Amino acid sequence: MLSLLIAALFYIAFLILAYGLVAKILQYKNTPAPLKIPTMPAPTTQAGVVFRMSKEVVFFESLFKSSKVTWLFGWLFHFGLFLDMLRHLRYFIDPVWFWVVIIQPFGKYGSILMLIGLAGLLVRRIVVDRVRYISAPSDHLILVLLLCITTTGMAMSFYLGADVISVKSFFIGLMTFNIQNIPSDPVLISHLVMVAFLMIIFPYSKLLHAPGLFFSPSRNQVDNAREKRHIAKWARDLEKTN
Amino acid sequence: MADNKFDTPQLREYPIIPKLKKGVMSHSKPFIAKEPHQEPLGFPGELVDDWENVAIKKMADLQGKYRSLQVYLDSCVKCGACTDKCHYYVGTTDPKNMPVARQDLYRKVYRRYFTFAGKYFPKLVGATDLTKEVLDDWYSYFHQCSQCRRCSVYCPYGIDTAEISMAAREVMDTIGVGQKYCNEIISKVHKIGNNLGLPGPALEDTLEGLEEDVEEETGVAVKYPLDVKGAEVLLVTPSADFFAEPHVDGLIGYGKVFHEAGISWTVSSHASEAANFGMFIGSYDNMRKLAVRIREAAIELGVKRIVFGECGHAWRVAYSFLNTLAGPWDFLDPNYPVPQHICEVTYGLIQENKLKFDKSLNDDMVLTYHDSCNVARASRMGDKAGGQFLIPREIIKATCNNFYDMSSDTIKEGTFCCGGGGGLLTDDLMELRVKGALPRMEALRRVVEEKGVTHMAAICAICKSQFSKVFPYYDFTMDQIVSVHQLVSNAIILTGQNDENDEENHPQEDIDEAA
Repeated sequence: MLSLLIAALFYIAFLILAYGLVAKILQYKNTPAPLKIPTMPAPTTQAGVVFRMSKEVVFFESLFKSSKVTWLFGWLFHFGLFLDMLRHLRYFIDPVWFWVVIIQPFGKYGSILMLIGLAGLLVRRIVVDRVRYISAPSDHLILVLLLCITTTGMAMSFYLGADVISVKSFFIGLMTFNIQNIPSDPVLISHLVMVAFLMIIFPYSKLLHAPGLFFSPSRNQVDNAREKRHIAKWARDLEKTN
Repeated sequence: MADNKFDTPQLREYPIIPKLKKGVMSHSKPFIAKEPHQEPLGFPGELVDDWENVAIKKMADLQGKYRSLQVYLDSCVKCGACTDKCHYYVGTTDPKNMPVARQDLYRKVYRRYFTFAGKYFPKLVGATDLTKEVLDDWYSYFHQCSQCRRCSVYCPYGIDTAEISMAAREVMDTIGVGQKYCNEIISKVHKIGNNLGLPGPALEDTLEGLEEDVEEETGVAVKYPLDVKGAEVLLVTPSADFFAEPHVDGLIGYGKVFHEAGISWTVSSHASEAANFGMFIGSYDNMRKLAVRIREAAIELGVKRIVFGECGHAWRVAYSFLNTLAGPWDFLDPNYPVPQHICEVTYGLIQENKLKFDKSLNDDMVLTYHDSCNVARASRMGDKAGGQFLIPREIIKATCNNFYDMSSDTIKEGTFCCGGGGGLLTDDLMELRVKGALPRMEALRRVVEEKGVTHMAAICAICKSQFSKVFPYYDFTMDQIVSVHQLVSNAIILTGQNDENDEENHPQEDIDEAA
């Protein structure tokens, strides 16, 4: 019964995440950017834009310029999350790829980075008056949710252990529509339920910053306004009418 | 100085991030546009019935037209990176002048009407209905943003508050709540061709006067032509350049450069304004109509090139938008970018050794340079990224012996707005303008004390007007702001020039509208 419920939850969460994200990405893609508005100085070539964007995605370059403390905690969290997500790949592939085996211990330490990063961000959100002023309850709660996911995961990896063999067969089963039993371990179940919840709220919350960055005209446009005429369809239509 | 109804902020020795003081600028509101200033722009003359629904519909329309708006509304994570980056926050300490908080005035309405979370859990995500109080906040605080883009430099996603401010102003215009200063000026350009409403004959008089002055001073017959068909260059410059100090000294400089280089040029009475206030109010339609005047003038006069004078937001519209709004420019000489900045022209000539200078003629000044926000962060000069920083400085160094930059976090892409950009250069916002100038005043004070700087050069009509006005509040004098081409004008040695180099004197005038 529990396995069925969790399975259903993950199917629903996955569908909402996939549908919501695809819908948002299509919306961003289909909404025209009628004017050239890269924040200057900007790259003058497409290759330059890829380089600029890579620095933003990998190193959070702009955030580094603006606030070293926020950058440190934010980058630690995201880098830790990245390592941890790679580590979790082992639950979804069989046999496990070589490099995923190699990074297993790093993924484990990734959770420590996540914990430090999230704790720092939460403290900052409460302590710094400017950041407290701009925070809605959801801004705090998302950090709390991520902290709970991190700590339940760490509890299992570092202290309690979990029946990872069963977890893996459950998820492999989920992917092949052949539901297997999930261990009725309360820490594991709460970890999974919270992850599913995170997937559900992703496309309907500020977590949209992840796809948003790639569509940000101030970062992804080439500085070539004088060389190449840039015009949106609705603007061209406007020219015909007046 | 002046009859302050407010306190000029103290210059701080070590700029630290100020503590919040809620609501201290909520009284700041520009005059509302009346019907005669709204209708020529296609906006209703007063608050329409059912304004809430009209506004929400306009928001939906804009989200569908501008990817920037849609992405920026969704993507902010409230990290706080921008919170201390706005000069209006630094100068006023009002939390709603933090870029993210300013955006949130719009975003909270967006969330309420357009997102799942805001529709069903408004308190959780800070979503609110569009009420009269919210609209009042919009009117107040979206007219405390100079669209300078400093926040967008520091945002991890490049979120640009200017885009949100423009959208908010367009929504407000659509429901009949326009700003008098901007909309009155735009209606003047639609009718007459420039922000000041100077008709052709007045321009002609002014330009003839300049010719006489320059000839008297130098002995060389430098021309300042108007509506000359077949000229090579159409010069489009802010109308402030036609009569106010220090702007006009810049115009004199452009003329001397063209003369010395043997480039024929003309001003157009039809397109006698470089500034495009259509951008300030976020109206693509109005911005385009103003830009098209330049196209019409270029065709009418049969010019081969278009050159823009010293003007910040104008250069943004020119460099980044003109090709979009009024292009293609395939009828102009393909050997030159369209449009060019006067600084690009002068710098090119300096590189080719076509201009001679006596730098000592500027020895009475020690210069620093204020990067105008929209030149720095919204446009470029030359063929390499960052040319907008290099080229004006190289011109200053070629014409002056004494030049020092202000501290590195206040120049180039990190430059602070003068405090009067984006449609705020109006006397009804004087408190905001004085307070918003604080970060620049602090940086200037430091180079004055440490390097003995006496003058600050700029290439923007708004900056020049704003600094002339706010300098006295900070114990500077209004003549300490100069045009870059004023320095060129002072130092250039014209062929056949007589020896004396007396400075000409123009009356200091107040020309806030001339931006």
